[in-house]
Amino acid sequence: MSNLEKYNGVFRDVFMVKDTVLNDTFDNKSVDGWDSVKQLALTTALEDAFDIMLDAEDILELTSYTKGKEILKKYEVEL
Amino acid sequence: MNKLLENKVCLITGAGKGIGKSIAEKFIKEGAFVYVNDIQENELKWCDEYEVAGSVQKIPFDICDFAEAKSCIMRIKKEHGRIDVLVNNAGLISYEFMSMIDYNKFRKMLEVNVLALINLTQLASRIMMRQRSGSIINMASMVGVKGAKGQLAYSATKGAVISITKSAAKELAEFNIRVNAIAPGMVATDRFKNVIENKFEDRINDVGFGRMAEPEEIADAYVFLASDMSRYITGQIIGVDGGFIL
Repeated sequence: MSNLEKYNGVFRDVFMVKDTVLNDTFDNKSVDGWDSVKQLALTTALEDAFDIMLDAEDILELTSYTKGKEILKKYEVEL
Repeated sequence: MNKLLENKVCLITGAGKGIGKSIAEKFIKEGAFVYVNDIQENELKWCDEYEVAGSVQKIPFDICDFAEAKSCIMRIKKEHGRIDVLVNNAGLISYEFMSMIDYNKFRKMLEVNVLALINLTQLASRIMMRQRSGSIINMASMVGVKGAKGQLAYSATKGAVISITKSAAKELAEFNIRVNAIAPGMVATDRFKNVIENKFEDRINDVGFGRMAEPEEIADAYVFLASDMSRYITGQIIGVDGGFIL
């Protein structure tokens, strides 16, 4: 499984959505239920999937599908 | 008879000497696997024999270095997949009257006693949340509970530890993570006996038991809070002070 497939899988599982909605507009403003609890769940799922531990500022900035990709790059996860 | 901490994975900061060392020794005796931390690696020589026996890993680093703290937690996660107990023991202490406070020392004390403690609590709790269990035990002080003449700066940091303990306990309860603190009174560590005792000679009279605590007596309380014996206790500041009147 590629890293992108893993990444999408995390979003699918956390938000219970299909791959087709995962794009630049998928963010905490447009997605119902993207609250701080979901954000922590997303953090945990990404950390487990890629065996990393996000810094606090990255957890705060994890506010969109696109932003998440940028953050993972900092941890040398290429998508 | 089962050991109280059988197979529990624990991290103890400031375990090179004094109370931290006693806590680590007790935990090892009770069957825990212990990661022992100190800023100075040579302070951890005492645990060489335990390391050979496989019940200890030395993990020297400066807890104020957040990157190193994160590496430590990730290493424990990789090696054991879990963290059962975090003991935030490392700390600095100072004695001076209010008008003599050295703000550089005070800032460092805040960094070690408060900020580094919060950071490690954050990191460890993120692993504990996944396993939905854990015990975090902070080193407070009776000085933080009651205040003390000549220890305003130190008491401020330990007062913060007490508040942190209570707030973290509330935030982490839903994940079945317990957060408590031990508040010792006067403890007969080498540092206290050799350097500080003469300043407090007359204060022994204020201890109900008429003597200072031995580090092992403080460590016993840590074993209790780390074990499942205390599984319904959280958000508590437990005085281990022999009836000390501040």
